[in-house]
Amino acid sequence: MSIQPVVLWTDALLFALVVAGLLAALHVRRTEPLREAWRAVGRRPTGMAAATVLLAFVVVGLLDSLHYRPLLPELEQGAEVSAGAQGQRSPIYSAEVLSALDAILAPLRLQTEKTYSAPLAATLYQRETVVAPDGGQVRVYPRLVHGASHLTDPPAQLAADVAWRVVKAVAIAAAVWSLAFVLVVFGVGRGSQLRWGEAVSAVVRGRTALAWRAALLSFGVLLLITSVWAMLATHYHVFGTDKVGQDVLYLALKSVRTALVIGTITTLVMMPFAVALGIAAGYLGGWVDDAVQYVYTVLNAIPGVLLIAAAVLMMQVVIDTHPQWFDTAAQRSDARLLALCFILGMTSWTGLARLLRGETLKLRELEYVQAARAFGVGTAAILRRHILPNVMHIVLIALVMDFSGLVLAEAVLSYVGIGVDPTTISFGTMINMARAELAREPMVWWSLAAAFVFMFVLVLAANLFADVVRDAFDPRRS
Amino acid sequence: MFAYLVRRVLYAIPILIGVNMLTFVLFFVVNSPDDMARMQIGIKRATPEAIERWKVERGYDKPLFFNDAASGTGRLTDTIFFDKSLRMFAFDFGRADDGRDIAQEIRDRMAPSLAIALPTFALGLFAAVSLALLLVFFRATYLDFWGVVGCVAMMSISSLFYIIGGQWLVSKLWALVPISGYAAGIDAARFLVLPVLIGVVAGIGSSTRWYRTIFLEEISKDYVRTARAKGLSELRVLFRHVLKNAMIPILTGVVVVIPLLFMGSLLMESFFAIPGLGSYTIDAINAQDFAVVRAMVFIGSVLYIVGLILTDISYTLVDPRVRLE
Repeated sequence: MSIQPVVLWTDALLFALVVAGLLAALHVRRTEPLREAWRAVGRRPTGMAAATVLLAFVVVGLLDSLHYRPLLPELEQGAEVSAGAQGQRSPIYSAEVLSALDAILAPLRLQTEKTYSAPLAATLYQRETVVAPDGGQVRVYPRLVHGASHLTDPPAQLAADVAWRVVKAVAIAAAVWSLAFVLVVFGVGRGSQLRWGEAVSAVVRGRTALAWRAALLSFGVLLLITSVWAMLATHYHVFGTDKVGQDVLYLALKSVRTALVIGTITTLVMMPFAVALGIAAGYLGGWVDDAVQYVYTVLNAIPGVLLIAAAVLMMQVVIDTHPQWFDTAAQRSDARLLALCFILGMTSWTGLARLLRGETLKLRELEYVQAARAFGVGTAAILRRHILPNVMHIVLIALVMDFSGLVLAEAVLSYVGIGVDPTTISFGTMINMARAELAREPMVWWSLAAAFVFMFVLVLAANLFADVVRDAFDPRRS
Repeated sequence: MFAYLVRRVLYAIPILIGVNMLTFVLFFVVNSPDDMARMQIGIKRATPEAIERWKVERGYDKPLFFNDAASGTGRLTDTIFFDKSLRMFAFDFGRADDGRDIAQEIRDRMAPSLAIALPTFALGLFAAVSLALLLVFFRATYLDFWGVVGCVAMMSISSLFYIIGGQWLVSKLWALVPISGYAAGIDAARFLVLPVLIGVVAGIGSSTRWYRTIFLEEISKDYVRTARAKGLSELRVLFRHVLKNAMIPILTGVVVVIPLLFMGSLLMESFFAIPGLGSYTIDAINAQDFAVVRAMVFIGSVLYIVGLILTDISYTLVDPRVRLE
């Protein structure tokens, strides 16, 4: 085998989350009230559009979570020689951990330039002194090694070449989108027993049960962008390159995974605490309630950033003094990312716990819970059967509401220096590096612009989706 | 009311002890002082002597809880726990790594922090409540719809972009105010305009939406219908009835942050080079000055508890039904 799969901790947790999501979806299919609530999400155009965009981000993030270590090609031979001598193969794998996304984006990842270059440029951003053929020195804008290197006369050809590629990209996107449109029309037609013409008009006019038109439109926009990028990225740097010549589009795409990990794993790791303690405090009362309330008052009393700062500083000391725990740099930065999730989770579970405690206090006085108690059902069974299912909507709402806040928090924390490892590509580290570039003359704006666009779209979609989910699941909002 | 306040202050003590224990565990038990020393000196240069010197300089060479070598009360007081944790209750924070007295530093840096945090807070609150009332006045119209869309869009932008964008636009492109820095006295205004403005704009999306929800909840109640039935104008209903009755949820969220304004804003102060407590904290974090971070954690929790008590008192001011007993 030419690769060695690597499962980082956050990968495992992300995929566990996907499996849990699928199981939850099965459960929802079988439970009518839940199905109805999710249908209410799907009926809202904002909900469907936001979900489509989020799904695109999730696909990028999951592809970036399939990690492996490639076999080192130049060492392969040597390894075989020694293997032949010892009678067994011992392949040597690269210390660099790559992901499936890296493999797909190989052209982007490998086509690095010397330093800054503007989006779609053919030359570097700054003049450099080169030796002319006649021996004299001239200050010119050197051509890029990869960007627009297929053109012989960039100033004359560049615009036409880019335009032609965009036209091709639009054509491809249109073809794929038509296919998706036909599939949706087919599905809608079968679902509500319409003829073709009726189904087409229902989708086009947005009169379907679920808001398919909104989903198709946002899918179309995403498709268009992706295909334009795909057509251009093989020969240009769509978002330019950064200080060490890395493609900014590649960095932005890699940041997505970090944002998703922070946004979801944090809530995932804090949920068991919040649910167990919140429900226990609300249902059992007495000293359990006092103890839980004490713990979360203490945690609340410390300003969030400071508690995070203190914990991250200490975590950093632990990681730095135990280098032997980690095989590769990727594992170390992954450990730091996971620790950050835990720390953020530890500081943010109190809000959810308080909500759950309040809701449980209400529920325990309801007739059906009292009836269960009168029948002699045990406390554990009551909590599992009657309380837990009826507070799950709060957990779900917290999960989607917290996501965008956590993505934003990551950027700020990384700026402050208590976020992800500096080697982890994230929106925070991108902004951090880009900040100094604005002061340059002439200004380098594209890294910041790329980080802004990606983050804004992700957080906006998450905010809109969270609103729709809350409207659908919160009984107080109807 | 006095008895109530005394009780609240007494309640605060176990919470502060909890905070204290938590920071103690975090800073001295999770990592031994040796680990911290090795980290600060640099793993490669950390000889046993260097570590020992580092610990002696900072007073980390004592036992954690119990000192067998000392005699009398010294057995309990000549320890890290007493020196570094318990002394905080007397606001004695010891010295920072650069040798300066932390308590003095905090006193000096409070004013710049307040100078930027207080106007940001007041203007932000005023702007958000006004905008929310405006949206509620035009509820269920296009103005309301697009207003909410604007709020959601604005809260989807990281505060880092507001700061970077604002600095670039106002200071660099238009050259209206200095890009960063601080001066004492009236001269400070020049440096404060931009951070305050950015602070207000950055927070306005989420807070306007939050107040709008509160007002909308209030406006569907019976007393509002009665007020309208009496023939009051919509403006009067909004200001005299809705705003007044929405004070309790507004105060719940607002009053608790007032004391924390002393702590300043980490981001604003570090971007604008304002010598307040926020930039002090950020510098301490970057320099891994554990003593300063511990002091700030303690002060932050004290201020938070003060905020909770103030919140309770403020309820009695706006709602005559609430009595503190």
